[in-house]
This record gives sequence, structure tokens and C-alpha cells, in this order.
Amino acid sequence: MIWDLHCHLTRALRGETPAEKAAHLIEVGDRHGIERFCVYMGIEWKRDPDPDNFPKQNDDILAAVEAHPDRLFGFVYLNPKHTRKSLDELNRCVRDGPMVGVKLWVAHKCAAPELDPIVERAATLRVPIFQHTWIKTTGNYPGESTPMDLAVLARRYPEVPLICGHTGGNWELAIPAIRDHPNVSIGLGGFDPTAGVTEFAARALGADRILWGSDAPGRSFASQLSKVVGADVPETDKEKILGGNLKKLLTPILKNKGMEV
Amino acid sequence: MHRRRFLQYSAATAALCAAPRVAIGQSPGAPGFIDTNVYLGRWPFRRLPLDAAGRLAESLRAQGITEAWAGSFDALLHRDLDAVNTELADTCKAHPLFHPIGAINPKLPGWRETLRKCHETFDMHGVRLHPNYHGYTLDDPDFTALLAEARKRKLLVQIAVRMEDTRTQHPKVAVPDVDPAPLLASLADLPGARVQLLNALRTVSNALLLQRLGKFDVHFEIAMLESIEGVRRFLDRTPGTKLAFGSYAPFFYPESATLKLRESILSEDELSALQFKNATALLPT
Ligand SMILES: [Zn+2]
Repeated sequence: MIWDLHCHLTRALRGETPAEKAAHLIEVGDRHGIERFCVYMGIEWKRDPDPDNFPKQNDDILAAVEAHPDRLFGFVYLNPKHTRKSLDELNRCVRDGPMVGVKLWVAHKCAAPELDPIVERAATLRVPIFQHTWIKTTGNYPGESTPMDLAVLARRYPEVPLICGHTGGNWELAIPAIRDHPNVSIGLGGFDPTAGVTEFAARALGADRILWGSDAPGRSFASQLSKVVGADVPETDKEKILGGNLKKLLTPILKNKGMEV
Repeated sequence: MHRRRFLQYSAATAALCAAPRVAIGQSPGAPGFIDTNVYLGRWPFRRLPLDAAGRLAESLRAQGITEAWAGSFDALLHRDLDAVNTELADTCKAHPLFHPIGAINPKLPGWRETLRKCHETFDMHGVRLHPNYHGYTLDDPDFTALLAEARKRKLLVQIAVRMEDTRTQHPKVAVPDVDPAPLLASLADLPGARVQLLNALRTVSNALLLQRLGKFDVHFEIAMLESIEGVRRFLDRTPGTKLAFGSYAPFFYPESATLKLRESILSEDELSALQFKNATALLPT
């Protein structure tokens, strides 16, 4: 079973509408046996979207999920700088809509107190939070979180499932930074297929805290799958990483929504 | 049910990887499946799971690879490149899957003698350059002189555009990606020079530049080619460019490149061009 934690509906995909783009994503994912795709953010992105913009991006995802309800899981994209609107979107898309997770990108560092109301509402709704993280030798964006920032948030909310997106890019720094926070999993998608990352993560965190994702269509499914297919870890761990762990993470919200798991 | 799906996937992957070996490698006189971009030696910044030649050879063979063109990671920072090339040649002799591709740095005194040895002593069919680690750009007259000398000897010149995402480099050894654009001018003066750009296709995405380079004898490989259906998209966007197979193992998991062949729908001709025909065209005639 392969479930992809990390996909988008951006320009590299064929089609004009979110539904058409999702169909292309699914068509190619089928060649690798990928059953489910978590999708977030719209066809056009903004790093620091204003309160009018991120709901529109969420509309794209809602349209895609509506067209492919048995293949896609939507995560709601929020901007913690706009608390009121973020909470409204959580209600609209998750509480009252079909979405099953939260996506935070680079608008605001995740250690900031502005995250608290969002994390608390997500906890009430029992959805995980995917936080984009990077440690860039070339320098982060002003609002771009590091895994160290995520560790600060994880200490405040030790019960809320958090995902360290991109494994921080520089994974030898990222994995030790979040190791002591068992509520933090790493997202394996969206960086080069550097050999050894999965073995390193499995040693440091255990396989249960590793979630496979691709970051398609910007990345190929192929390069990202190789991180698990090519890793020297037991087959049972590969199954967990490729989908079992994500399914477990989403089970509370899927059950809440009466979706079959 | 889920477990069965997973096993189907694993079996399908194995079948994909096995296919070239069965279809090509075992038919007598067939050219095989060539990986144009692998490395031996030690990556300076971490141990890699497959950084021992024997284990790497075993893993590549399991992917269906029958021949791998190997440079040396030691070439990045060592100054005694004759020693690096000697060790590389010895390792390749012990593991015949690998064909050595010598390291040259045209900024080092004595590079012509190093090049001569690569050609005459070690019988290498090409050399591999790392201009960013060696501190020159492709409009440097020393590079042009090397290109001319390699052309005279009918040697392939591989240029590594990057070795690592610049965002993950060691902060004390942060080097920019190589800009291939100046090649257009040097190649105009050196007809017949054969160049292959390695690890180029994540950073060099300007279709016009790629096509202009492709009009010369400039080839590419797929190791860092990304995006969904990346191979299909590349062939459609830049028709006429020559694309070979490259895994960039052991820095990358070798499965990354073989799974890319599965992700794109390719004709039989396109697949055989990728697997060996385009690489074979890079060999001295
Ligand atoms: Zn992403």
C-alpha cells in the first residue's frame, strides 16, 4: 500500500482545472501503484498569502477532492499571520468539509505564538499538521521554518501530530533536532534522493516516524520512491513508511468523517 | 489486500529493473544497459551505503546495469589527480562492471600529462571535470585548451554541473552550479568535441539553451532530471537532444533513475536510446 503524503496541483500537470490536474497526478501515480495522494495549495502559490488568497487556493483543493474523493486527501493551507481567517478556513474545509490535515508553508516561522490557536483547533479536529521545513546553506526565506523551530512548537504541544516536511533538506541536522519529540514525524518528500537518508532516519527515529511523500509534480514519484525502495531497511519498515504510518496518522479524522479505512 | 498491493509493486519494480538485462544483456553481442554517471571513492561529507565498489557493482547489476562509467569522488578535493586516477583504474580492473573516467583539473600545472596518462596508460574513453570545485568557469581559456586536447585524442569530456543541491552543501565548501552557456562559444570553434553534462537537468531547464547545446555534440543524462514524467517531458520539450541513462549512484539511490524509466511512457526506440544507444554514441569511434 502506497500513500503519498505530499502532492500539489501546479503547472507541471496537464489540464486547466484542479480536477483535470489531479487526474494526471493519479494517472502517473498509478504506474507506481500509489493509491492515495495528499494534496495541498492551489494551482498558483503565494509565499505569504493574504486572507483573500489562501481560501481560493483551498477552493482548488476542494474541487479536486470532490472530483476524485476515493483517491485524494485534502490538507487545508493556512497563513498563521491571519489567525481569524485561518480558523475560519479550518472550520470550512476540515470541520465542515472533506479535508483531513493542515499545511503550513513559509509565511511565518512555526515557533511563533501565532501558531497556537491553529494548533489547538487542529488538535480538537484531530488532524495532523504538515509544516514545511528547510535548513538551507544558501539561507532560508524570512518566514521559513527550520526543524529546530518545529521542535519548539512540538515542546508546547507534545500531543499534536506534527510533520517535519522535506526532512529539513539537510537531514543530518534535521533528524537529531526533532528526535526527542515523539509527536514529530518526518516527511521524506521534496529533496534529492540522497542515499542513506532513510537508513539514518530509521536508526534515529524508528520506522514508525517516517512518512513517505513525493512533492510531485515538481518532483518525480520515481526519485522520491527510491528513498524507500532502495533503502537498506526491513520490508516491514518499508510498508510502514510507504503508507502504513500515514494511514495510522489519518485514522482518527477519517473515522470522524465516517470514511472507510 | 494492502500487503498484496505492496508485493505487486515490488514485483513490478523488480520486473522493470530486470527487463533490460533479459531483453538486451543476454542477447549475444547486444550492447547492454549503460550507466554514464557513477562514482567510486569517498564522498567527502558522509559515508554512503554503497561507497564500496563491490556493493555498488552488485546493486547496479541488480538494476540491470551492465556497464557503468565511474569517476572518483576524490577528484573533487585532491590535488594529486594522477594518484586518484591510478586508484580508480585499479578499482575498475578489479570490478569490471566499471569503466574508469579520469579526473582532470585544467587549473593544475601538468594537466596535459595527466590527460595523456588517462588516455594512453589507463586506456580511458573519457575524462570528468568538476569546474565548480576546481574554481573555473567554462569560458576559461584553460578549459578550452583541455577541450581541444581531448578532442584531438577523441576523448569524451563529462562535466559535472553540480554534485549536490546547493542548499545542502557544507557551508565551508559551498560552490555554485556550473553554467554551461559558455560552451556554445567554445564548441563553435571545436567541431567534433564530445561533451556530456552530468547532473545538469534540475538546474539547466531553459529549453532553448538545452536545444542550442544539443545542436553540438552535447549530451545529457537523467540522474537529476525531476518533475512528474520527467523523461517524457524532457523528450517532448527538447526534441533532438541526446539523453543517456545516469544514476549518480552511490550519492543517489540507484533505483531513482531506473524508476524514472517506469514513470514515463516511452517507445521502444526511446528506451533503447536511453539505455545504451546514446551512451554508445559517446564512445570513441
Ligand atoms: Zn511541496
